Amino acid sequence: MITLTNIHKSYYTEAISLHVLKGISLTIEAGEYVSIMGASGSGKSTLLNILGILDTYDSGEYRLNGTLIKDLGEKQAARYRNEMIGFVFQSFNLINFKNALENVALPLYYKNVSRKRRNIIAMEHLDKMGLKDWAHHLPNELSGGQKQRVAIARAMISNPKIILADEPTGALDSQTSIEVMSVLSDLNKQGITLIIVTHEQSVADTTNRIIRLKDGMIENGG
Amino acid sequence: MQQQTNLHPRRKKAPFSRRIGLAFDTDRWQEIWMTITSNKSRSFLTAFGVFWGILMLVLMVGAGKALETGIFSQIEGFATNSVFFAAERTTEPYKGFKKGRSWNMTNSDLPIIRQRVEELQYISPVLFAGGNNGDKNVVRGDKGGSYLVKGCYPEYDLIEKSKMLYGRYVNDIDIAEKRKVCVIGERVYEVLFQREEDPVGKQIRVNGIYFHVIGVARSETVVSLGGKTAETVVLPFTTMQQAFNQGNIIHFLATTAKPGVAVKSVEDKITEILKQQHQISPDDKEAVFSMNIEEQYKMFFYLGIGIAALIWIVGLGTLLAGAIGVSNIMLVTVRERTKEIGIRRALGATSNNIIGQILSESVVLTVLAGIGGIMLGVGLLSAVGVALNQGDQFFKDPQISFSMAVGSLIILIVIGMLAGVIPAQRAMVIKPIEAIAEE
Repeated sequence: MITLTNIHKSYYTEAISLHVLKGISLTIEAGEYVSIMGASGSGKSTLLNILGILDTYDSGEYRLNGTLIKDLGEKQAARYRNEMIGFVFQSFNLINFKNALENVALPLYYKNVSRKRRNIIAMEHLDKMGLKDWAHHLPNELSGGQKQRVAIARAMISNPKIILADEPTGALDSQTSIEVMSVLSDLNKQGITLIIVTHEQSVADTTNRIIRLKDGMIENGG
Repeated sequence: MQQQTNLHPRRKKAPFSRRIGLAFDTDRWQEIWMTITSNKSRSFLTAFGVFWGILMLVLMVGAGKALETGIFSQIEGFATNSVFFAAERTTEPYKGFKKGRSWNMTNSDLPIIRQRVEELQYISPVLFAGGNNGDKNVVRGDKGGSYLVKGCYPEYDLIEKSKMLYGRYVNDIDIAEKRKVCVIGERVYEVLFQREEDPVGKQIRVNGIYFHVIGVARSETVVSLGGKTAETVVLPFTTMQQAFNQGNIIHFLATTAKPGVAVKSVEDKITEILKQQHQISPDDKEAVFSMNIEEQYKMFFYLGIGIAALIWIVGLGTLLAGAIGVSNIMLVTVRERTKEIGIRRALGATSNNIIGQILSESVVLTVLAGIGGIMLGVGLLSAVGVALNQGDQFFKDPQISFSMAVGSLIILIVIGMLAGVIPAQRAMVIKPIEAIAEE
């Protein structure tokens, strides 16, 4: 599903260049449930961004589902993101002036699905998350756990192959964290490849494989 | 054997309107409308600049138009290529005459002027009498009034145009035969005759002499020589000279220049001839009084252009300031929405989607605000117009034309687009990760 070969990535500021990823090679099979761990500054967020086609890399090769992801145009990148990848973020990243239903339906808007149809689909996904009754509430009327479940529903709506979750429980209390993690592992059981970036051991322990990053390199050989 | 691998099944192409950034389909419209209405105070502030700009533009153009209409209605129907002459006291001694001498134009001047001034189009001598002392000088039976009596040539009607309500104007045969006929003004008719009564052929007494009415005239101009046409009785010039013992003198000379000829040259030539004929010093600047309507008209005309130009400069300036305001607020908006834009990008929006959205929002806001401004402006102008609606005003019918309204709408759309461009570019530069990372 995902093959990374010797990925390098540097960030350049005016005088300094920061070598963030120093040759990452990694394979994740379809249906895996993986966590990426590492201290802050270890490059885990950068790696996630590259995996999510939100950022580019300098050298190496990234194949997603067999397709080489390199030097993609803006449109192509947007299309792959939209079709293959669902994102779940630490800070939920819901659009605060759209209600839960509209937030969930948004990816389908960029897929040119009619409003009526996308609202029906969005409602189904909200229902799966147990949030049918909250469909017309704005994000600031929802609890942290509810927001994250809305975000997961949004990630799921375009039927992605992969879900990338960046600290999905970072802003949640432990009880809610457990709920959210169980939702995610349910998704994995349905066959979705799940990659979670976290620094919480308890979260990492629920996954099937832990990839530890340190100073831009994989510590445990993947 | 040919094998085609297609990793991604061909996606159905979006409708053309959707692919180009700005066209509206219902969905896009709803998306834009929701973004605008969900951020009310921001949208209101953005819109207000444009609203105010267009309101000011409409009000100023309307007011300018009214001023122009008012000014031009004063001289409408009056031949703008005309020049008038009258005799004043001399101010220079000449050929043995002392200064301060009074003189008169005479009939003998006419053929000389006609012969020598080839630029001349029409010429009519004018005599005035009566109407000033309050006596009832124009009488029919037991009705009468105090009116101006004016002796003219038929050409006079071509210089100061009037509309005949009954009958005809003075003609050449009246002049040649010195017929005792008269054309009465509308007001004179109302006083002397019954409503709907045909006055043609009826007799009235003017300054003690009986004349046959041949027509009733309504003025087509606000300006007229000597007094209001409605309160004037016009006699054939020759009849008037003879009947009222005026000898061969002329009080006033009305002339026009041929089309395309500068009225000034007619003015100068006739002034020169009059001076020659009446032993007036060529250096005497006051003895021959002349009034050049073309010069006056030109002054009004340039005044009108000047006012219009000023209005447009100020108006467009205000509008531009509004547009810069919109652009500025859109920039702030884009910054404020960095995260939202990042999220949209992460969810599959292309940069074209984002640019389209920002531009559309900008255009929709500008146009809505603009239409609001135009409507309020037109409404206010109408109200002012109704309040001011009384004839002889220098400020008349304040309104803007439909094409002007449409024109400003187009300007608005362009301004809206321009105002959206910089913020849209800014939005496009935003990388999804940076945006999302921003807390």
